[in-house]
Amino acid sequence: MTRFVLRRLLLLGVTLLVASVLIFLMTSVMPGNVGRIVLGPFASDASVAELNRQLGLDQPAALRYLQWLGGVLTGDWGRSLTLDTDVLPLALARLGRSLLLAGYALVLLVPVAIAAGVAAGRRPGGWFDRLASVVGLTFGAMPEFVTGVFLIVGLGVGLGWLPVQALPDEGAGLVTWLRHLLMPALSLVLLLFAYLFRMVRTGMRSELAADYTRTAVLKGLPRRRVIRHHVLRNALLPTITVIGAQLGWLVGGLVVVETLFRYPGIGSLMEYAASNKDVPLLAGCALLITGVFGLANLAADVVYAWLNPRVRHALAGA
Amino acid sequence: MSAPVLAFDGLSIAYRRRGRWHEAVSDVDLAIAPGEAYGLVGESGCGKSTLAMAAMGYLPDNARVSAGGIRIAGEDLAALDAEGLRRLRGGTVAAVYQSPGTALNPALTVGEQIAEVYRLHRGFGHRAAWDAAAAMLERVQIPDGHRVRNNYPYQLSGGMQQRVVIAMGLAGDPDLLVLDEPTTALDTTVQAEILALFEGLRAELDVALLFISHNLGVVQAVCDRVGVMYAGELVEEGPAETLFHDPRHPYTAGLIACIPDFDAAGRPLRPIPGAPPEPGERPAGCVFAPRCPVARDDCRGTRPPLAATGPGRASRCLYPDDTPAVDRGAGAATGTHAGGGTGDAVLRAEGLHLTLGGVPILRDVDVTLRRGETLALVGESGSGKTSLARVLTGLARPRAGTVSRSGRGGAAVQPLQMVFQSPDGTLNPSHRIGFILARAIRRLAGLGRRAARERVPGLMRAAALDPALARRRGGQLSGGQRQRVAIARAFAGTPDAVVLDEPTSALDVSVQAAILELLRGLRDRQGVAYLFITHDLAVVRHLADRVAVMYLGVIVEEGPADAVLGGPCHPYTEALIAAVPRGRRRPSRPRLTGTNPGPAARPAGCPFHTRCPHVMDICRTEAPPRREPHAGHGVHCHLEIPALPRPAG
Amino acid sequence: MPWRVLEPLRRSPALAVGLAMVAAWLVTAAAAPWLAPSGPTVSDYGALSQAPSAAHWFGTDEYGRDVLSRVLFGGRYVLLIAPAATLIGLVLGAAIGMSAAYFGRWVDEVIMRLLDAVMAFPIVILALLALTMLGGSTGNVVLVIGLVFAPLIARTARAAALVEVRREYVQAARIRREGPLYVLAVEVLPNIRGPLVVEGTIRLGYAVFTSATLGFLGLGVQPPAPDWGLMVAENRALLTSAPWTVLFPAGAIAFVVVGFSLMADGLRDLEGR
Repeated sequence: MTRFVLRRLLLLGVTLLVASVLIFLMTSVMPGNVGRIVLGPFASDASVAELNRQLGLDQPAALRYLQWLGGVLTGDWGRSLTLDTDVLPLALARLGRSLLLAGYALVLLVPVAIAAGVAAGRRPGGWFDRLASVVGLTFGAMPEFVTGVFLIVGLGVGLGWLPVQALPDEGAGLVTWLRHLLMPALSLVLLLFAYLFRMVRTGMRSELAADYTRTAVLKGLPRRRVIRHHVLRNALLPTITVIGAQLGWLVGGLVVVETLFRYPGIGSLMEYAASNKDVPLLAGCALLITGVFGLANLAADVVYAWLNPRVRHALAGA
Repeated sequence: MSAPVLAFDGLSIAYRRRGRWHEAVSDVDLAIAPGEAYGLVGESGCGKSTLAMAAMGYLPDNARVSAGGIRIAGEDLAALDAEGLRRLRGGTVAAVYQSPGTALNPALTVGEQIAEVYRLHRGFGHRAAWDAAAAMLERVQIPDGHRVRNNYPYQLSGGMQQRVVIAMGLAGDPDLLVLDEPTTALDTTVQAEILALFEGLRAELDVALLFISHNLGVVQAVCDRVGVMYAGELVEEGPAETLFHDPRHPYTAGLIACIPDFDAAGRPLRPIPGAPPEPGERPAGCVFAPRCPVARDDCRGTRPPLAATGPGRASRCLYPDDTPAVDRGAGAATGTHAGGGTGDAVLRAEGLHLTLGGVPILRDVDVTLRRGETLALVGESGSGKTSLARVLTGLARPRAGTVSRSGRGGAAVQPLQMVFQSPDGTLNPSHRIGFILARAIRRLAGLGRRAARERVPGLMRAAALDPALARRRGGQLSGGQRQRVAIARAFAGTPDAVVLDEPTSALDVSVQAAILELLRGLRDRQGVAYLFITHDLAVVRHLADRVAVMYLGVIVEEGPADAVLGGPCHPYTEALIAAVPRGRRRPSRPRLTGTNPGPAARPAGCPFHTRCPHVMDICRTEAPPRREPHAGHGVHCHLEIPALPRPAG
Repeated sequence: MPWRVLEPLRRSPALAVGLAMVAAWLVTAAAAPWLAPSGPTVSDYGALSQAPSAAHWFGTDEYGRDVLSRVLFGGRYVLLIAPAATLIGLVLGAAIGMSAAYFGRWVDEVIMRLLDAVMAFPIVILALLALTMLGGSTGNVVLVIGLVFAPLIARTARAAALVEVRREYVQAARIRREGPLYVLAVEVLPNIRGPLVVEGTIRLGYAVFTSATLGFLGLGVQPPAPDWGLMVAENRALLTSAPWTVLFPAGAIAFVVVGFSLMADGLRDLEGR
């Protein structure tokens, strides 16, 4: 098992390395002149060249990449062009708030989607299955900011149940935090619900139709035991990896939701960096988000391997 | 006679398809006495599996009992509520299925899956059930049940998995075990072990069997009484000893004439003309009349009843005395054909090594295929037969070794073609038959587009296909027709050799007979050589000039078919021959010990030594020498020639 | 014959409803110049931030622009972006995925590792990075969405092609020495059409999704263009005072993506049977 985790960590390292090359290529080498992008079309050529020199952009790309990578590895992620601060501490502080929001969304999402998927998969074509499918198809296709707008207009402005601002005042208690974060979290949950729900439902349906389920029924087991003891563990296992993959959407959604609700997390920081052409900040945020996403996927894979007897034994033998 | 454990009383079962009900099973009367082994045979679609599921009260949602009823140990299934049915299943009736791999829950240990039955049906406590599971595993001859109960299904071989399913069935101490093709997915050597297990269990336990199979030999070996199903009807019933020797229904006789007999190799196969009727299109009179060689006019008008034809025997035929007698075969002559194996080599492979994912699949394999000869390649699954075919046809590249194909058409045209096992995947479902064959003719005969298209009807007729089918796609053809198209495609050029990879194993016996006869005819007309991969030694006897026996990636024996099958032969060949089900003659001992270790764990020395009944010390360390009991007959074994086993004749 | 065309619609109501919604959008977007009461950027300074009324069905924004007209014209950007981006992704993805499946071994290994690295980024992050540096324009949005979709489509194409490549008819083609191009185009492609069509429909919906999101983040077409996502972003400060300026473009996005989502679901159901 340890070897498996180490191997996966190594693989993650390789993926992140390739990702860092991609980020570097996109932010520093792509057609387009960073100095010009930062300073805009009206700056003089001389000041563009000066900025490029300051940023070290007159040096060869490979050298710049190695310097940047070296900095990344030693904790020097560069300085923001517009905020007069180092990238890493700022991004980490914002990441913390984003993880709070993402975790909140996951806690709401996972139990609800799994319960709904199991219930719908047990009686395909029943009223609950139809209802949940329609809800999933509708919200699963909508961008988070559209859902968010509907929530704000409905629950916030119209009914006045929930605060429209995501960030509560200083020193607010936990309940206040959760109330403020509920709408942003819901925008994320509604998007992700469809996919997870569908996976669980499909899993239930195919496992209910599996030969071993017939065996269990023909052994004379009560239906409840057939479902709980035999079907569920096979049906739910693949959803773990699905939840891992979902985190990608969740992180992408953070950029949008945090922007809409003006919540100071890493997503809105990235939006700020993009709209203000703050290249070092943008690259730093992208790398950090990619790293977190990769770690989350790795965690999902490890849990999956640990719960799946087949993989577990193969690993124990290895 | 005590009350039957299972009785179908005038049972009819209908399926709903596209809003209409079609009868899959019609008016079946059948009773199984306590402790009796009853075999049900018939081809796919005849309704035998529907009966198996009906015996468990487990029909799909789109099926219903449209007439008659089912009684189990005197209880009417229709009158039972859900709780009563639940108690019955696993308690009074238990089932064993065709694919043990999928019948077991992959996420639970096998011990837990057996213990569950003890807890539920016999009221055992956790500890007691867990211990009973180990005891039951040992009872089905899994040594070391205390260890094996902790295993997950995937850790066991197919044969072991089937033993676990059997153990699970027996745990509830049932009166009746329903076995739906329990050995079809297994190797013949494993099948022989499972059949022997049934024999032993029946002597020990007082359990009745409903044994469903398409394989007459298997049913004969296990059962006391046999019923023959055709088109949803039970057409004949009788004791196993007499029914197959003296059939009283033309369908039974036709079925027997389709099957290659290991002990009567000279007998030609006689396919039954036509195809079974679809449900919903069954004829008004006798269901078999349209295909019956002795049908009279009144057979088409009257539906014959199941009438007694002798002690314990009954037939649904108006004229049972007209049933053709079973051809016992002319004698000892094998399927050897004139001119086989005398020419030069069309295919020669030397020193082939193949590794897949680090696992050695083939090791130092030499094969020579001479012009016009049929070389059979036999061995259990995992022995490397199909991998060898892939190397020979160029689909896989060997790690070492050479393949030379000296064709009539030169290097430009591929002289070696292949026919595959699965009729489902063999034709591209997107294209019409005409397109598929025309393309093959263009590539293999080097013709232009027009000329190729004009050749298609002739090619189809040569494969006994109606040229009108050229407009259809593969999905609109039957399995047998698809396999004929695949054969036509292989013969689109003038191949020197064709690799046949189990071309009939997925087909019903009557279709298999027609395909084998087609292949035999093409061979005799075109002088093509065959490399025939099969697990069925009766087919080998029927068709092959020479045989090569593979085990774990090496050829352990090869030579003329008569010499190899008649002996003296390799101990592994002896085991393969002993495993052939041959009616009431019980499979002869010695059977193999242990399971096939698989290519990843190939033993050192002689790879067969872990299972060989004749194993000696030297076998564990040194590769065996090649001995030559006859000219051209090589056996790789440490035993001296006089000590080599001779299969029981 | 006409009945056979309609048969899938009868079997899948989701497909029928989705198709109708998408068709309604196609028609209104195409006919926007005739349907819209005014031009998308025409300001009526006599009617700033007005609530919906008989004169302005969807109300007006803070510059007095008719929201209905802007929503109608906004549909035209998506009409262009979504199909073009999906086509790029589909062609590229199918080619990559099928090649990986056919050649296998190290080709497959290298391609899959690269795709994994690209997919290690959440899609929005990747598009955001690329567009920040390239600059927002319709062409760049199409290109970027197409490129970020390609790996996902490649994965679907590879999985479907892997099944087909192992089938016996492909082996038969290889035994008669057909080239890779023939095998992929004639033997494999027709049989993975189904999954590719389903995947394409799903991606069409997500192309609308992604382009709207990019517009919302200010990375797509630039003001004063009547892009739906951009309209939501521009007016989100008015959510409490003039919600119609946000609700109608958001509703338009919702309408189109739900239409595609229903279509994809219907097709997937038919394909699964």
